[in-house]
Amino acid sequence: MLKEKDKIFTNLFGDETYSLKSAQKRGDWNNTKSLIKKGRDWIIDEMKKSELRGRGGAGFPTGLKWSFMPKDPALNNYLVVNADESEPGTCKDRDMIRNEPHKLIEGCLLASFAMNAHTCYIYIRGEYFNEAVVLQNAIDEAYEAGLVGKNAAKSGWDFDIYLHRGAGAYICGEETALLESLEGKKGFPRLKPPFPANKGLYGSPTTVNNVETIAVVPTILRRGGEWFSSFGREKNTGTKVFCISGHVNNPCNIEEEMGIPLRELIEKHAGGVIGGWDNLKAIIPGGSSVPLIPKNICDSVLMDFDSLTEVKSGLGTAAVIVMDKSTDLVKAISKLSHFYKHESCGQCTPCREGTGWLWRMMEKIGEGNATSSDIDKLLDVTKQIEGHTICALGDAAAWPIQGLFRHFREEIEESLTKIRAA
Amino acid sequence: MSNLNDNFSFSEANEHEAAKILAKYPSDRKQSAIMPLLDLAQRQNDNWLSRDVVEYVANFIEIPFIKAWEVVTFYSMYYTKYNGKYLVQVCGTTPCWLRGSDQVAKACKEMISPDQNTLSKNGLFSWMQVECLGACVNAPLVQINDDYYEDLTYDTTKNILQSLMDGVEIKVGSQNGRTSSKAVS
Repeated sequence: MLKEKDKIFTNLFGDETYSLKSAQKRGDWNNTKSLIKKGRDWIIDEMKKSELRGRGGAGFPTGLKWSFMPKDPALNNYLVVNADESEPGTCKDRDMIRNEPHKLIEGCLLASFAMNAHTCYIYIRGEYFNEAVVLQNAIDEAYEAGLVGKNAAKSGWDFDIYLHRGAGAYICGEETALLESLEGKKGFPRLKPPFPANKGLYGSPTTVNNVETIAVVPTILRRGGEWFSSFGREKNTGTKVFCISGHVNNPCNIEEEMGIPLRELIEKHAGGVIGGWDNLKAIIPGGSSVPLIPKNICDSVLMDFDSLTEVKSGLGTAAVIVMDKSTDLVKAISKLSHFYKHESCGQCTPCREGTGWLWRMMEKIGEGNATSSDIDKLLDVTKQIEGHTICALGDAAAWPIQGLFRHFREEIEESLTKIRAA
Repeated sequence: MSNLNDNFSFSEANEHEAAKILAKYPSDRKQSAIMPLLDLAQRQNDNWLSRDVVEYVANFIEIPFIKAWEVVTFYSMYYTKYNGKYLVQVCGTTPCWLRGSDQVAKACKEMISPDQNTLSKNGLFSWMQVECLGACVNAPLVQINDDYYEDLTYDTTKNILQSLMDGVEIKVGSQNGRTSSKAVS
């Protein structure tokens, strides 16, 4: 279990205020200038040593991503922070924004300096209105204290940071859709290449990072990349905020060590599965886009990127959705199909047409009005969507269904047969 | 409501706010300001956008009306009709559903209207089913205008709606007494 002294987010639950004064007592903004004076290469090197992988779901190594940014000072590089937290099950960034905003703002300064960016935009989902108010207050505090703005934190680096509110569109969590939205357009993902590091916001080099990825940067730089990488295992390092929802006794967010066994995570922090561990049916371990895993895998799987990939699921956003034996799994996944149908931007045909088709077929199965060959057809359609769209929303719609039938097809077919016989 | 929208323009306070919004973006990238400006206009206009209002915003940043309308219809938080003083958005995505969001919707049906997107008899409320609001460890929840009400049951949902009807102040956030997303101990 992660020790209190090793937690990065010591005010995750807002036991103290988010104010600058309070944040400084917790160690934020402590001699930020000295970290900047160590230079760009040192920062990127520490980030590489930390083996931090992006916390938005894809898990790309952060230090490496930063190193892709062009170093030409004549270019207008941007850092854009993705605070469009919308992956069902996920609500970790919300807590960081409302209770630890200064960790995020300080991280923005350090990351922007490392990537030669003088400007940062934070794109927050529109529904997080009160969180946006908090974050704007914190940004204003940082400006007034000279921590951001001209000669930020007396580092010699000029740095502006702006908050931009979205208006309700899951697709804007996809980084290029987010950039389109920030440019004042509808959120259609862009064809890649060019990648944002070459042509991003307003055609300038841009890196888009998740809130948690940026908010852990100041602590990593203060305590050292090796300190961070001492948690977890190789290439799956650090601490991580997990969101535990669904059929547990005490749903919560919690910062833990990467690689903690799934069962331990739930039993130590969320009061266990309702009705006990043996009442568990299945878990979606990384937000709605990753395939579910049945109880027998949950018994022993570790919560990190590679362990969950090995069992054909994923860590995603580390949002653990627990479903006990009372759950109608077809209905649970059908609701996710409805979500993707609703959130498809409509740009690519396989996704626009396919997500609606998937949902209708899932509903048909849920009503008991389907056969084994319908399931074959459904799985075939998921394969037609997967990998055939501009962004990963199509994949995300396909995977939960594939996961459901990978593990529970026999059970579902049995119930269909029973309904037909009756 | 139509009279409200003739010759819409920002109030003096919102003119000032709009200037602050425009200053966030490069001067040749005014279109970037469309989302916050639409939001500002919507707040000034009883939380909905008529064609007049959208035309005003389009003119304000010098883009064609249709480009602005494209944005209005793409995002779910711009409303093209009046939804009452209180818009109740019920999350029904899987994490909320697992914890009883159907009961929350039932309370809304009984207290507001049997159908979504329909004004209550007193004209004050409407409700709608929405997708994930991103507070899943505090499920089930509703968003009422700008505020989240979390850890709901059928009864606490009814209490909240009744309090709003009676003009009684209610606590925003978790309704089961816990702090934010910390586990109940």
